[in-house]
Amino acid sequence: MYALDHVDAGTPSSPSTRLVTLDIDGVTVTVPEGTSLMRAASSVGLQIPKLCATDTLKAFGSCRLCLVEIEGRRGYPASCTTQAADGLKVRTQSPKLAALRRNVMELYVSDHPLECVTCSANGHCELQDMAEVVGVTDTRYGLTGANHLAATPDASNPYFTFDPSMCIVCSRCVRACDEVQGTLALTIQSRGFASTVSASQHEPFMTSECVSCGACVEACPTVALTEKSVIERGVADRAVTTTCAYCGVGCSFKAETRGGEIVRMVPNRDGQANHGHACVKGRFAFGYATHPDRITTPMIRRSIDDPWQEVTWDEAIDHTAREFRRIQATYGKDSIGGITSSRCTNEETFLVQKLVRAAFGNNNVDTCARVCHSPTGYGLKQTIGESAGTQRFDSVMKADVIVVVGANPTDGHPVFASQLKRRLREGAKLIVVDPRQIQLVRTPHIEAAYHLQLRPGTNVALFTALAHVVVTEGLAREAYVSERCEADSYEKWKQFVADPRHSPEATEAVTGVPADLVRGAARLYASAANGAIYYGLGVTEHSQGTTMVMAIANLAMSTGNLGREGVGVNPLRGQNNVQGSCDMGSFPHEFSGYRHVSDPDVRSSFERAWGVPLEAEPGLRIPNMLEAALDGSFKGIYIQGEDPAQSDPDTQHVTAAFAAMECVVVQDLFLTESAKYAHVFLPGSSFLEKDGTFTNAERRISRVRRVMPPRAGLADWEVTVRLANALGYPMHYRHPSEIMDEIARLTPTFTGVSFDKIDRLGSIQWPCNDAAPEGTPTMHVGAFVRGKGKFFLTEYIPTNERTTRKYPLILTTGRILTQYNVGAQTRRTRNTAWTSEDVLEIHPHDAELRGIKDGDWVGVTSRSGEIVLRADVTERVRPGVVYTTFHFPESGANVVTTENSDWATNCPEYKVTAVEVMQVNEPSEWQKRFRAFTDRQLELLKGEQPAHV
Amino acid sequence: MRVERLVSMANDIGAFFDAEPDKAEAARSVANHLKRFWDPRMRKEIVAHYESGGEGLDEPARSGVQLLAGAGGP
Repeated sequence: MYALDHVDAGTPSSPSTRLVTLDIDGVTVTVPEGTSLMRAASSVGLQIPKLCATDTLKAFGSCRLCLVEIEGRRGYPASCTTQAADGLKVRTQSPKLAALRRNVMELYVSDHPLECVTCSANGHCELQDMAEVVGVTDTRYGLTGANHLAATPDASNPYFTFDPSMCIVCSRCVRACDEVQGTLALTIQSRGFASTVSASQHEPFMTSECVSCGACVEACPTVALTEKSVIERGVADRAVTTTCAYCGVGCSFKAETRGGEIVRMVPNRDGQANHGHACVKGRFAFGYATHPDRITTPMIRRSIDDPWQEVTWDEAIDHTAREFRRIQATYGKDSIGGITSSRCTNEETFLVQKLVRAAFGNNNVDTCARVCHSPTGYGLKQTIGESAGTQRFDSVMKADVIVVVGANPTDGHPVFASQLKRRLREGAKLIVVDPRQIQLVRTPHIEAAYHLQLRPGTNVALFTALAHVVVTEGLAREAYVSERCEADSYEKWKQFVADPRHSPEATEAVTGVPADLVRGAARLYASAANGAIYYGLGVTEHSQGTTMVMAIANLAMSTGNLGREGVGVNPLRGQNNVQGSCDMGSFPHEFSGYRHVSDPDVRSSFERAWGVPLEAEPGLRIPNMLEAALDGSFKGIYIQGEDPAQSDPDTQHVTAAFAAMECVVVQDLFLTESAKYAHVFLPGSSFLEKDGTFTNAERRISRVRRVMPPRAGLADWEVTVRLANALGYPMHYRHPSEIMDEIARLTPTFTGVSFDKIDRLGSIQWPCNDAAPEGTPTMHVGAFVRGKGKFFLTEYIPTNERTTRKYPLILTTGRILTQYNVGAQTRRTRNTAWTSEDVLEIHPHDAELRGIKDGDWVGVTSRSGEIVLRADVTERVRPGVVYTTFHFPESGANVVTTENSDWATNCPEYKVTAVEVMQVNEPSEWQKRFRAFTDRQLELLKGEQPAHV
Repeated sequence: MRVERLVSMANDIGAFFDAEPDKAEAARSVANHLKRFWDPRMRKEIVAHYESGGEGLDEPARSGVQLLAGAGGP
């Protein structure tokens, strides 16, 4: 069932700019050519009865309820499949149409008795509504004939049920799976009266190919496919439009509630990033917000060996302020810092960096983008002038060749992946650059033209080889480059990449990719009318992450693939507000809008606004803070909504640094891994509990709206305000909109942004200012932000992390569809039905060499540490490469990752760790210590002193 | 901070800029990068290490740190 307040137009809108005018029931209607009669009628408030039509799916014409009469034409055409045309005269109501519709409805009702009062969809069922509209309350055919009423429901999926007895076989679910999601997991099995919806080969939904995106559930006009939460809690009575708090796609949702309780999340069909689609996380995995593990009372303790003591907000805030001031008085102004969160709103992030700069008096502020996309910020700023992706998601629908490098969109950015797959099904070509056989390489109706299955850590060599082909085979767009790029940097770059040592043949030994594939892929991308590159953390999380971002920009510039729809360089951001947290000035060297702290004009504008002198030198990055903690010069940290003890590399190094500090303050929803090392716990608020904005991967600023009150009484931004005031730096905001107003005053790319304007436009893509009052969907049109594009030399430098006889395999890490980042949210939802542990993917060849069978426990040992995981023997990884995720803290994936990092930004090299893998039969020593430490911390959480301490 | 870590990081920066044929420009780029992105305590430590012999520093990291040391200090 679609959203409570959605008025369904029946068929999708037409993109045509040519208008046609017709008459419907005496009303003159003008619509774009290609619009269905059903949609044309809906546009003037005339709702034609329908069951198989909905405006996210192509017209199907099967239910026969939407029949109309057209003057001068014979018969009763379906209004969903008949297009509007100039001069048509259409009647949507007549005695004959009413009789036909009643007859059709009676047949439906003969198999679906209108026992609506006892149905969980009562009041929000299209069959019920249409029966009422066409005037059917009973059926002449009775209920004793053949029917499906005894069909067995399928409740295998944790989030929805399928009850075939309620199914009218309209195929909306099947079409949604095909057209919207692109998984093609559903079909109609058998024919005629025996027709039934079937998942895969008539399997339970849970074991089928279904990815639980929920598109079928929303498309279903009856209660056949229904959210279990609706069955449990009833149909909602209120809806609030807000933005998802999972990945960087930033889907817009209607949060539907009943009695203040969330019933379900329905993707917003007007959502400009998702157009009414969602994934299993955004649509269903919201249960963490009300999970009993939530900590809703502030707590303090003297040391991490002491029990937690519940205190009031005032006591917790005053204690924190006293501790931070004591530490600064003892160890110096620069001995404390803060970490902002990509899971929090722009307004909250802005406040935390303001707190650090203005109240702490230093620039020791960083954000978790440090460990994911910091190379994107640096690399794109240097080459094209702005630290952000260049396109909107819809741009992919105009791309002819799409390069996906170091990203796994079907798992990491599923809603964008569905759009991408739609474009590929329309005929665009795909090049995948990834060490793993990600799903996009071969999936129903899609096959990559090229899969460049390179060795981890060799991205730069591969992309420089692609550039070599472009330059030496005359594929560069010289006129474009000459008009838009720095001539001297281009000439130098051309000479550099043309060197034979960068040829595909010369680099094949390094990358492992056959030269002919590299040449073919380069020719395909360079010769495309529109070539678009999408990339993820497989690009950035390397010792040459920044170099690789520059190599991507070089390639796009040289082939003229920037500055219009259908092309571009598009980082797929990991968390919901990575882009926003970077935009807001979270990095230690720059203010909001990516302006260096040493710039006197910029700094003075902030000093005037904030009323304090500000530091002109860059502060410490997260890894620098941890290093400084271990050398004794950094003693206190305020962490809002991040969990470095699980997400950052070399876990034991991180936890040792936390243990060396005197005041670790964690503001979060749960007792996270970092919170186990904290001295102050400040309860956080989920995205459902506050107002603000998130900025997604396409620079789209969208509203987050409060759906329920903060469970701990304060939204995160209010906590930061209180802390600033307690530190003697006054902050007086009454609402997050006032924080955005301040951001707009101080940030040139945001001057036109306000909550009012976002509410009016739905969302805004920055830059939004006098030059672009309604935002900027495509950047670098006509000229690059930096003026002329600059080419950088991208010499391949092998990582220091080398394989040896002792560590012969390369471990690379990533994520999966059903879990998210450190898993703090998704582990506390029914998503654990799909994934309840991290596993190690290993190629059959490597497994056989080591006597490892599928499902065996294996030890993974690196130079940093050892963990034990269960083996998944699979050909998704190539020989020599193993893969795991980091969603479960007890797995300790980051115990084995190293301190190696990107040269420019210190983004950790998660993607390359030399390891050995062997069969074992017990947890690693770290895992034993972790379990004991966690048990002790959980006892301390109860306020109890463990007996053995 | 561990000086060997700072040396390693400086060498990584130097290795990137070493692609630049003009080595004086490469050194300036290294120094500029350190100035813009390293906290002052880190710069002081790498300069102090350079001034005490700079063990482990590769070219052009060494040249960059040398520039940093000469440009009115870190």
